Amino acid sequence: MPDELNKPEYNIPPELEGTVAITTLDRIYNWGRRFSVWPMFFGLACCAIEMIATAGARFDLARFGMEIMRPSPRQCDLMIVSGTVTKKMVPQVVRLYNQMPEPKYVLSMGACASGGGPFKRGYNVIAGIDKYIPVDVYVPGCPPTPQALLYGLMKIQEKIDKESIKEVSWYSKEEDHGVPVPILGPDLIDVRDFPELMERVSQKEDQA
Amino acid sequence: MNEDIKVLETYEQAVLEKYPDWVQPDQREGYQGLLVEPANLISLMEGLRDELGYDLLTSLTGVDYYPEEILEVVYHLFKSTGGSILEIKVQAPRSNPVVPSLVGLFPGAAFQEREAWDLLGIKFENHPNLKRILMWEGFAGHPLRKDWQEVFYGDEKKPYEDRWPEGKTKKIEMDNPYQENIAYPEGFNPETWIPEPSELLFEGSIPLEQEKQIDTEKLVVNLGPQHPSTHGVFRMVATLDGETVVDLEPVMGYLHRNHEKIGEKNTFAMNMPYTDRLDYFCSMSNNFGYALAVEKLLGEKYQPPERAEYIRVIMAELTRVLNHFMAIGFLLNDLGAYFTPALYTIKERELILDIFEAVAGSRMMCNYFRFGGVVRDLPEGMEEHIREMVYERLPRQIDELDRYLVDNEIVIGRGKGVGVLTPEQAIGLSAAGPVLRASGVPYDIRRADPYSIYDRFDFDVAVRYHGDVYDRFLIRYDEIRQSIRILQQAIDNIPQGEVLANKPAYKYKMPVGEAYGRVEGPKGELGFYVVSDGTDNPWRYHVRAPSFINLTGLRQMCLGEKVADLVAILGSIDIVLGEVDR
Repeated sequence: MPDELNKPEYNIPPELEGTVAITTLDRIYNWGRRFSVWPMFFGLACCAIEMIATAGARFDLARFGMEIMRPSPRQCDLMIVSGTVTKKMVPQVVRLYNQMPEPKYVLSMGACASGGGPFKRGYNVIAGIDKYIPVDVYVPGCPPTPQALLYGLMKIQEKIDKESIKEVSWYSKEEDHGVPVPILGPDLIDVRDFPELMERVSQKEDQA
Repeated sequence: MNEDIKVLETYEQAVLEKYPDWVQPDQREGYQGLLVEPANLISLMEGLRDELGYDLLTSLTGVDYYPEEILEVVYHLFKSTGGSILEIKVQAPRSNPVVPSLVGLFPGAAFQEREAWDLLGIKFENHPNLKRILMWEGFAGHPLRKDWQEVFYGDEKKPYEDRWPEGKTKKIEMDNPYQENIAYPEGFNPETWIPEPSELLFEGSIPLEQEKQIDTEKLVVNLGPQHPSTHGVFRMVATLDGETVVDLEPVMGYLHRNHEKIGEKNTFAMNMPYTDRLDYFCSMSNNFGYALAVEKLLGEKYQPPERAEYIRVIMAELTRVLNHFMAIGFLLNDLGAYFTPALYTIKERELILDIFEAVAGSRMMCNYFRFGGVVRDLPEGMEEHIREMVYERLPRQIDELDRYLVDNEIVIGRGKGVGVLTPEQAIGLSAAGPVLRASGVPYDIRRADPYSIYDRFDFDVAVRYHGDVYDRFLIRYDEIRQSIRILQQAIDNIPQGEVLANKPAYKYKMPVGEAYGRVEGPKGELGFYVVSDGTDNPWRYHVRAPSFINLTGLRQMCLGEKVADLVAILGSIDIVLGEVDR
């Protein structure tokens, strides 16, 4: 265990090898976090089944310290967007994302969550969850095999390894207002598009 | 094949003779069934149900005949004692489509009529709760109408012309950056707009006023759409009096992926992989249903060869075994045995998925069936592997699961007498599959109206008589055992030979007409209603989704039960949201 924590420049006396680690704060901070990423028990569509299969005995998420899937966003570090995000569902997905405490990561699982997939042109489907919430890792596939999902999770761990406690956003003084929750109007309305939309609607009324 | 048609004609003639004033045969080329005026619909349906025994209204849908300015509602009726289809059709003008609601006669029509209102804008008179079901209230337009265009409208039909203008790709979003196709209501202001008010949910349900005599009040509890036990993005709004459920409103549409609109733009062959994603546990049976419907349309030339029929049956039954294993595992999850039984069932699922991956190339989305057969033969050694599975492994595992769970005190305590659906209610609510059979109605399409080669196999129709959660749990064991029997016979008798009747094709020459193909899917009757206008793309593509229609009975099952049992009752229906919302 301590070997992967050790910072290579420091020599540890032979009698203490395997017991003592000389390391940096960043390293131990990230090492602790990377093996206790708790995913959200949150299934949207077909990909959720492969996610459950990944948690099963054959692929075994527990090897990564990720077997504890929590249904409540308040206890989660990782949101696996597993499946097609529809317009009717996206307000809830954004709200769940806002409810997750920092540090939080998003893994977009499968073609639908990454870019709409086979349902891209559907009237109730949004073409990729990244139009609303920031995504850390995209896993391709329809659905991705459990192996692919595991690889994606390892990429999340790599990302965690590269972070530094000095720079992470959740210790900065800037206030985080979360992502604005889109609303369901005659179609899905992104709150950030309000000005453009107002202009459009008034233009249309002028024409009429 | 010819015999089937003869039987069908006599069915229709019987109705014609009995009600000569009300019905007339549908004369359009390639069409079948009987046309009736909206004014006579209720009396005709009552007569059909009470005097001729057509008590199962399995499917109800609408078709938009845009050029003729007609909206048509199609009813598919069956007898719960078995037999083939009776199609009744009602036509209404497109400008003011009003059709009487059948909810009073067949409560199972409730959700399907709401769906037809939501997607096609057909008004059903006297429907107790006619509001949108898949989209949200306030959504602009009825998407399945032929003149409705989606926001990122590409073209009427695939393959789209606009995909590579001048040889380079472009983002479909750029086609329509500011949502030209949305009809904003007059005076619309996004800042003052209130999205779907929650009161709308309780419209049509009982009033929530405080009761005066006793100091008590009713409580509304919302489960979902993000809830660990709703099997996906499903939402239940339960009204409670103390701990007792007095009203329940299922809310769905959170996974409405526009199968039918996309299906109408696809060519017939392109729809096959989309059916995989309906009920994503059972892609093989979904393929089966769609292939049967289109083969009916294509005619006898596309009759699958013998070996293909056997492969189809083997795959469909393996799917049933897989699905019921998962249903058992997830039901135990819902009863509180968090994930341990599910791990045992996932193990068996993995082994069956290995077979699927070997034959089709993908674990879940198999896309294995084609019109007139299956896409490729079984790989070498696969027959032996399946034989070992169905003779050794699966019978042993189902016995093991039986030993662990069936006599479990908690399962019995939580299941017996909970969520009861009587046989009359089950038939009236158009329930199908294990839900119907656990209520004491031995209706299995493999026996009642055999398709493919199911008439050759020796198996029993599983039936249980109490209609509660425990019986719906037990019937899945029975069905797995019967499926294993079928599998053993199929793998013993599978002949050698071709697996595809015709050359592999991208487009098929479709005759004009309509067809309804149905299979006994693991969750119930899975039907595909396809209308062809002779072009490469279907004019109408409708899926009769068993999970969706089984949910019509959810309120009935939950009334009077405790709130903790809601989850168990929902688990015992075994829904998959991909199929509920499509």
